[in-house]
Amino acid sequence: MQFIKPGTNINFIGKRKIAFVFSAMMIIITLLLLVWRGGPNYGVDFSGGVLIQVKLDQKRSPSEIRNALKSVHLQDSIIQEFGEEGQFEHLIRVMETDIELSGLSDQVEQALIQEFGQGVEMRRVEMVGPKVGEDLRQKALFAIFYAVLFIAVYISGRFELKWMMSIVMALSLAFVVYITSSFGISVTWLIFIAMIVTLGLCWFLKLKYAMGAIIALVHDITITIGVFALTDREISLSIIAAFLTIVGYSLNDTIIVFDRIRENLRRFRRRPFEEVMNSSINETLSRTILTSTTTLVVILALFVLGGGVIHDFAFAILIGVIVGTYSSIFVASPVLLIWEGTFAKRIKDKKRTPK
Amino acid sequence: MSKSLGWRGAIALFAVFMGFIYLTPSLTRDLPAWWSNILPRDKINLGLDLQGGMHLVLEVQSLKAVESHLERVTEEMKNDLRKSKVRYLGLERHGTESITLTLIREKDRDIFQDLAGTNYPDFEVESISNEEGQPEFHLVLLSKARARIIKMAVDQALETIRNRIDQFGVSEPDIRPQENNRLLVQLPGIKDPKRAIDLIGKTALLEFKLVDEENSVEEALKGNIPPGDEILYQVKIDPKTGRKKKVPFLLKKRTLLTGEYLTDARVQIDSQYNEPYVSLSFDARGARLFEKITGKNIKKRLAIVLDNKVNSAPVIQDKISGGRAQITGRFGMDEAKDLAIVLRAGALPAPVKIIEERTVGPSLGKDSIEKGFRSMLIGGVVVILFMIIYYSLSGIIADIALLLNIIFIMAGLAFFGATLTLPGIAGIILTIGMSVDANVLIFERIREELRLGKTPRAAIEGGYSKALVTILDAQVTTLIAALVLFQFGTGAVRGFAVTLSIGIIASLFTAIFLTRIIFDYLYIQRRMKKVRI
Repeated sequence: MQFIKPGTNINFIGKRKIAFVFSAMMIIITLLLLVWRGGPNYGVDFSGGVLIQVKLDQKRSPSEIRNALKSVHLQDSIIQEFGEEGQFEHLIRVMETDIELSGLSDQVEQALIQEFGQGVEMRRVEMVGPKVGEDLRQKALFAIFYAVLFIAVYISGRFELKWMMSIVMALSLAFVVYITSSFGISVTWLIFIAMIVTLGLCWFLKLKYAMGAIIALVHDITITIGVFALTDREISLSIIAAFLTIVGYSLNDTIIVFDRIRENLRRFRRRPFEEVMNSSINETLSRTILTSTTTLVVILALFVLGGGVIHDFAFAILIGVIVGTYSSIFVASPVLLIWEGTFAKRIKDKKRTPK
Repeated sequence: MSKSLGWRGAIALFAVFMGFIYLTPSLTRDLPAWWSNILPRDKINLGLDLQGGMHLVLEVQSLKAVESHLERVTEEMKNDLRKSKVRYLGLERHGTESITLTLIREKDRDIFQDLAGTNYPDFEVESISNEEGQPEFHLVLLSKARARIIKMAVDQALETIRNRIDQFGVSEPDIRPQENNRLLVQLPGIKDPKRAIDLIGKTALLEFKLVDEENSVEEALKGNIPPGDEILYQVKIDPKTGRKKKVPFLLKKRTLLTGEYLTDARVQIDSQYNEPYVSLSFDARGARLFEKITGKNIKKRLAIVLDNKVNSAPVIQDKISGGRAQITGRFGMDEAKDLAIVLRAGALPAPVKIIEERTVGPSLGKDSIEKGFRSMLIGGVVVILFMIIYYSLSGIIADIALLLNIIFIMAGLAFFGATLTLPGIAGIILTIGMSVDANVLIFERIREELRLGKTPRAAIEGGYSKALVTILDAQVTTLIAALVLFQFGTGAVRGFAVTLSIGIIASLFTAIFLTRIIFDYLYIQRRMKKVRI
């Protein structure tokens, strides 16, 4: 049985302008959303505070719960319904970190029992003090930073077979980051600078495949963050884990396509770049669609059946897989094309200019 | 060819066999006796988010420890000065940094200098003359000594808390130090998190101080606290209204006796009111001190102070020998038991602050496991069916690989003693998707080779060799992400990184090695004609 008949030839590259506009739109919407909300929606893990998952014995509205919390001065907490229908579960999120956080969950439990009777069950409590929140933020950002670093080195080495180049790039990146970090810049800026430097180095060292892959990665993560901001979901530690997994997965996809492109370029030196790219993507299409579909199926099962706690994580991976597949076809490859266009043109011009 | 097939088959079967061996302890409750003697017994650890329990990070307030130490040194100095008959004008502690001593007579300077050299090695002693021409000494705490005090405080806190938890009776608690003077405490399956937190967080400093009967409490409350005195409160709960009332006591600051001298603290029931109280027993030295204190202060009130709150202040009727005392109050049985525990285990050298607390109730833990495994089952079944439909016989081979993968991951977790968390289950689910990926890559290549007209054997050979590099590439990048997550992650996230890593390695093994054996067996050994793919 075959989904994609051999010899399929969809003109992906031809459609790249539309894709480019679409991607650009999504990224701009993401950035606008982030600016408007003053940053991503950090969960307790990163901003500190208390998160309580409570189960009641009948349906109560958030305002009833808010009322009950007045007696402990927590009526300004964020209250959301959680999990499946008929479970009567709610999430209470206390944002302040300057009050005494330990023992807060007891106070909340008492207040709720006073209002609603004994049928109150504290399913889960997460309390993160401000110091720990900051620590976790740092750790998460460093994790992302190192992941990007190692992956950049690996791709450059693997693709361009320029291991020396990639080590040079890693060292220069580490050096630049060391210099800038001694100015005491926050980790977020460090990551931003690291990205710019990495892309710059890719440009100068002519690591075109690495560049394509990294741009696709950044595209994927940005859009996933955007969807989270759009659906008002919180970024917690497990979501960061999901991001890193998406990084691995998206790279996975991109590498498969790039491998094929390189193989075909070697075989068909005469053919124009665009054509080779298109046929490579078409050849790997079968495999790309199959893997994405099977992964989507299992993650969808987790998303629907896995319960509230893992729900956001499954959502992140879901979005990541979809966007990751899309970016391997419509972002990574066109970047290669643009590159070829710019550099190949220069070489042609050089050849034409008389010496 | 058949020789290598034999060897490879043997290795494969051995791996599968070991997989089952390591998996079995987690599946059955009772292992037969002969098993426990030779074969591994480790079950898979369940994370706190799956079995319910509490995760606490405590910060030892190390500055307080340094402060207390300086206080003690100041008291010691007073004693030493008295013994050497050196009179002094002022003796003051400055925060956590230094102590200043002002002497009266110039000739005492040398006496104290010698004293400082032998008795106070932790300090850098600076000898000057102050503005009024009096001899003054600045004793600055050495940073090495400070670091040592802080480390000792953290170690002692660790031991004390471990002691308390042992007495509380939690199965398999995990208590360990972390950087920045922090302690990690994990209590799986705990039923009463509130009690546990109270138990752990209580400083439990027991002190006996005299009540100052000569001066008035009211005057002191207005701000005129006599030197050497302090105001501490007793918290009384009105039995009728349940409201708390704070009763002030004017006490002499000097601590006459502390909980250090306790050998035992036991819960007893008062026969008259049927209420629990805690009876204290002192050791020989403590008993002697107690006898001396009570002997010298008959008819005066002795305050029992717990964590700077007055518990009671009974009148000393007579000299008490035998070293026994009582702590009473309107305790519930649990409260009395916990108080006895902390007094027995000893006071914390410095207060601890809870800076992170994650508690999962057992019902949620059970739910999470059920839901996680159900989605894995359903997702897995869909994928298995799909592979059979799409790739026919070869699909079945890929499905065998998939099932073996899951077994290998679980066995791997048991083998490494790793913990399975809810994101870990998600990691297993992801591995299902990714192991299919590896097989798909190989099968699509084989299809291509067949289309080019190659024989089954050549097609399989070509498919595997061409796909190998791509598979390795793809899996390595995910492995890098997993390893970074492992390094920087905590708790649940680490569990995810571990299952993902094990899953990737397992799927590499099954896709490249195991499935190839089956293919070779069918098409070389059994010489099947047509590749059903």
